Amino acid sequence: MDWLAIFNLALGELISPLTAAYILCALGLAVHFGFTGLMNFGQAAFAAVGAYGLAIGILTFSMPTWAAVLFGMACAVVFALILGIPTLRLRADYLAIVTIAAAEIFRYLMLTSGFSGVTGGSAGLSAFNTEFRQLNPFPDGNYGFGPFTFREEELWMRIVGWSAVVLAALFVMFVMRSPWGRVLRGIREDEDAVRSLGKNVFAYKLQALIIGGVIAALGGMIFVLNLSNVQPASWGTNFTFMIWTVLLLGGAATILGPIVGGMLFFLLLTLTQSIIGGLVDIGVINFLSPPQVGQVRFLIIGLALMALVIFRPQGIFGNKKEMQFNG
Amino acid sequence: MNPLSLSPRRPLAIILGALAVLFGLLFSAVPASAADEVAADTDATSLIIKGKVKNEGIGVADIVLKVSGPSFKAEAKTDAEGLWTINVPTKGKYEVEIDLESLPEGVGLRDPETTVRIADLTMVQTASVLFPLGVDTRVETPLLDQIAIRAFAGLNLGLLLAIAAIGISLIFGTTGLSNFAHGEMVTFGALTTWLFYAILDLPLILSAVITILISAAFGWLQDAGLWKPLRGRRLGLNQMMIVSIGFGIFLRYILLIFFGGETKVISGEFQAVEIGPVITTVNSIGSMAISIVTLAAVALFLTRTRIGKATRAVSDNASLAASTGIDVERIIRIVWVVAGALTGLAGILYGLQFQANWLTGFQILLLLFAATTLGGLGTSLGATVGALIIGFVVELSSLVLPADLKYAASLIILILVLLVRPQGVLGKKQRIG
Repeated sequence: MDWLAIFNLALGELISPLTAAYILCALGLAVHFGFTGLMNFGQAAFAAVGAYGLAIGILTFSMPTWAAVLFGMACAVVFALILGIPTLRLRADYLAIVTIAAAEIFRYLMLTSGFSGVTGGSAGLSAFNTEFRQLNPFPDGNYGFGPFTFREEELWMRIVGWSAVVLAALFVMFVMRSPWGRVLRGIREDEDAVRSLGKNVFAYKLQALIIGGVIAALGGMIFVLNLSNVQPASWGTNFTFMIWTVLLLGGAATILGPIVGGMLFFLLLTLTQSIIGGLVDIGVINFLSPPQVGQVRFLIIGLALMALVIFRPQGIFGNKKEMQFNG
Repeated sequence: MNPLSLSPRRPLAIILGALAVLFGLLFSAVPASAADEVAADTDATSLIIKGKVKNEGIGVADIVLKVSGPSFKAEAKTDAEGLWTINVPTKGKYEVEIDLESLPEGVGLRDPETTVRIADLTMVQTASVLFPLGVDTRVETPLLDQIAIRAFAGLNLGLLLAIAAIGISLIFGTTGLSNFAHGEMVTFGALTTWLFYAILDLPLILSAVITILISAAFGWLQDAGLWKPLRGRRLGLNQMMIVSIGFGIFLRYILLIFFGGETKVISGEFQAVEIGPVITTVNSIGSMAISIVTLAAVALFLTRTRIGKATRAVSDNASLAASTGIDVERIIRIVWVVAGALTGLAGILYGLQFQANWLTGFQILLLLFAATTLGGLGTSLGATVGALIIGFVVELSSLVLPADLKYAASLIILILVLLVRPQGVLGKKQRIG
């Protein structure tokens, strides 16, 4: 087994654009769940809305990339309104079921052959990132050192992705320290108490849903810019559950939690998977076939999600008092 | 922190560890079956089914052909010349179905009755399957007949969903848990039946009885091994819900690794039955009869027996029930066993009619939640009514919507109902927050 290659692969995951994409979605979810207490199990849909908004903006409406990014964010706002207005009055467990249903509805709509002229149907969309590539200011060549050596377009993708993470994290930190953020925490702790202070709880929840949703939409955009295609299959419930695992690993009601949680999650995931794959290759584990190694990934996610919620619901950085999962 | 929650910490860790070990054991129980299959595959890669789709002598491109055979399923598409080929893993008889949706406008099969042809690869390496095309002679089914056909399918699906949804509803009612791992119990039932019926060749009834017993035991095990210790730790309901999501993912991938990803053919050939415009099979009618009898039995159990009444008392108010001498933990355990058996039965019936793979249960999980939520979470009668509504919506929606949106339609109905009546059709008002 080539340990050096395994460690290099795992270290590379630390700052891969996909990690950044998941972290953005987890930051959005931190606003929803960590700070406001909304059990949103449809985060995949927000990311998908952003991704499809970007791709459709460029391909169908021939927008420049910057306008398509704004268009994708606007789509996320609209989606948050459509999702939030009927559902935010519901209890937490109802909200979980309804948001997961809404995410699946969106996925079915992107999948159906009826709209495939715009959405690409089951094949999805591609060839929307030409302008994004052209914006790359770095000349051709290799940059970095060791496991962090990238070609110019890989470097560009990482810089864009992680800048988005930093900006989103600073933004969330800023708004959560404001009086507005304190009201959100109040809603999480005791909705009725906040209502009795004359605050419009519903409006605050809706605003939180929009902000978290837009951040997740940015995550979705990074995700598809990196893969250079949008496919409906990417936005299934597994995407949402992975984001939840990332968030709960780091700590739901923190800013640093989703970031470190995401990096750690993908580091550990790649490490375990490569090691299991290596053990299968050299025949130490003989009950798995090579294709099954990829399936073990989700076994680990399932177990990690269970163990985290049971043994350390506040995550790595969280404060137990802040993490009561009301309801 | 509650001192009570400290002591059960260790058993729980052991259980999680045991779960991890369990999946290791699963593999040692079937030594190297996966490896054998791979070996068999490589020997037979030269097995080919091919064909040409022609209209008036000219090949037609982009026609979709679905090939299915013993534990194998794949799709092929014709190229510009109308040619298609597909490699199959093992010798045997394969069914090739032409996808009528993919035919160009105005073109139909020369023989409209035959959309499925057989490719026999038991003795030879290559088989050819031809679908000659011609002018579309398909007759449009009259609308009323279509409605009757769809409504029948809706009733069938609704009854199936009802059996599984009652399990969710009973568990939610007595423990407050929205069990996201419930779909895997459906899958478990379907795949276990496949194992006994199609692989071990036991009679269908015996396979079904064994499956129901194992499913009941599985329900018992879930409560004893996971949920009771978690209740002991006083884990919040929302935390429990996320645990069930993790547990569901875990089970799903165990089933995938153990059973493989392909769709299992559970039923053999069943006799067709014609009722007016509706053409169905004996096993669909049998399934509906079994569903109705089961639903009636559950209703009698809940209203007439002591345990059933106690179950409803616990659903209504657990502490009050406990103070009248009802053993709440015992009732919950019984509920898990009953829910496991019912959901296993739903899996058997689903598998017999629609086949099953590792994702089957997860795919209908949202429909099950839609059913219980529509009816009002926690009421069994509500779950039945909700399931029937969902069944009808799913099937009837394809009269006006494309077929690939039929599940979306039922989920939209769910959201619309919650908009006007958040407590569900038969639920109590207290459930909204």
